[in-house]
Amino acid sequence: MITIQQLSKRFGKLQVLNEVSLALEGGQCVALIGPNGSGKTTLIKAILGMVIPQSGNIRFKGKDIVGEWEYRNEIGYMPQIGQYPENMTIGQVLDMMKDIRRVPESTLDYDLFNAFGLGGMLDKRMRTLSGGTRQKVSACLAFMFNPEVLILDEPTAGLDPISTELLKDKIIGERQKNKLILITSHVLSELDDLVSEVIYMQEGKPLFHKTLQSLKAETGTNRLSSAVARVIAIHEFVD
Amino acid sequence: MNKIIKYVIADLLRSRTILVYTAVLLVLSFSVFSMEDNADKGVVSLLNIVLFVVPLVSIIFSTVYLYNSAEFMELLVSQPLRRNVIWMSIFIGLAGAVSLAFAVGVGIPVIFYAATASGLILVLCGCALSLIFVSVALWAAVRIRDKAKGIGLAILLWLYFALLFDALVLFLLFQFSDYPIENGMVALSLLNPIDISRILILLQIDISALMGYTGAIFRSFFGTGGGVALTIAVLILWSAVPLWFSLRFFKRKDL
Repeated sequence: MITIQQLSKRFGKLQVLNEVSLALEGGQCVALIGPNGSGKTTLIKAILGMVIPQSGNIRFKGKDIVGEWEYRNEIGYMPQIGQYPENMTIGQVLDMMKDIRRVPESTLDYDLFNAFGLGGMLDKRMRTLSGGTRQKVSACLAFMFNPEVLILDEPTAGLDPISTELLKDKIIGERQKNKLILITSHVLSELDDLVSEVIYMQEGKPLFHKTLQSLKAETGTNRLSSAVARVIAIHEFVD
Repeated sequence: MNKIIKYVIADLLRSRTILVYTAVLLVLSFSVFSMEDNADKGVVSLLNIVLFVVPLVSIIFSTVYLYNSAEFMELLVSQPLRRNVIWMSIFIGLAGAVSLAFAVGVGIPVIFYAATASGLILVLCGCALSLIFVSVALWAAVRIRDKAKGIGLAILLWLYFALLFDALVLFLLFQFSDYPIENGMVALSLLNPIDISRILILLQIDISALMGYTGAIFRSFFGTGGGVALTIAVLILWSAVPLWFSLRFFKRKDL
């Protein structure tokens, strides 16, 4: 669904993405992991057209995304830190997004909206919200329009345990609808029961892109966190 | 496009700054006009305040707004929207709100006390200056990522247009006072939108006679149809060029 070829991005002297090539297919839930500053968020932003790469290309359903904007109708994005116009209420933000996307009301997905109980807070202004509530609004917006691709940047950071579980259930539900879900997270234990593929980024390059099963089989462990630790250890040993 | 303009304007009108700006302009204008018995004198007193305050508020308010809404723009860019549409909507929203505040704050007292050609031109020039300095603010804010530096640049730009440029012109005037530079002065004044506005308004009032020979040259240039057309064209250029540069940069900007 999304193919990335030799994507490079430099911020000044800092090479953030270095010839990244990846192929992401529908029906998969991909974990994008790696140390801080390894280029995860930049890669996501490049897919969304928020960061313009110096070289390489990104194709969404076979079509180059340079200068395109319609393809973003099919992407739901939950940013790391959701910031919204401070003076707007939750209800106004939701209305604005509906207005931008122009999706018929009947096809909207209100699952998370109801699960998080946002209906009772529609009149609250964005500036009065806590970080967790903002995350809930972001999550709700990402899923609301039934997009084919979901990009979630640190979705559970700042969420309380109950909301985290609700969000995880929702992600699993969406995965079964043959959608592509891309998640970055530092909490590997959380990803265990969600993901089907793992991409490990290091210094702007994907170190490996494997299915969770083959990763676990190769390393002989049962948990994602120890499997990743094992692979990294082997890699450093080889280096 | 209308959708985003609607939300930007709604957001701006809710912020207190715009309301306070409108109220301050209203109070200032009403008090100036009630102190002066002659409408033209009122316009001149108001002119000096307007030429100082309008560019300052337009450029600083817009720059601060743009930096504060960086995340909002990020949110919009991640949505299925063209970047041109986002940027133009923000310009129209900001320019609309600032000039609306001016039109209400100065326009209403002018209608009451000085519904003359000079009053009308004062209101029009104020609106044009609002547009121009919003456009300059857009250019400054899109080029500079750091908020403190960006606001610093905005203040510097305002200082340049409001004070330094005139000092420079005076300096040149004295240096070359032995030469016939009156036509050059007209050309030079077109380089500063604040000066253009000042001349346009002063020419509507009969005190241009006080400006001597240069005043006569100004009158013969800005008073004619061609001169007025050229001035309007220059004012439009002043608002369009920085906007165009900022748009070009925004389309390639990493958010």
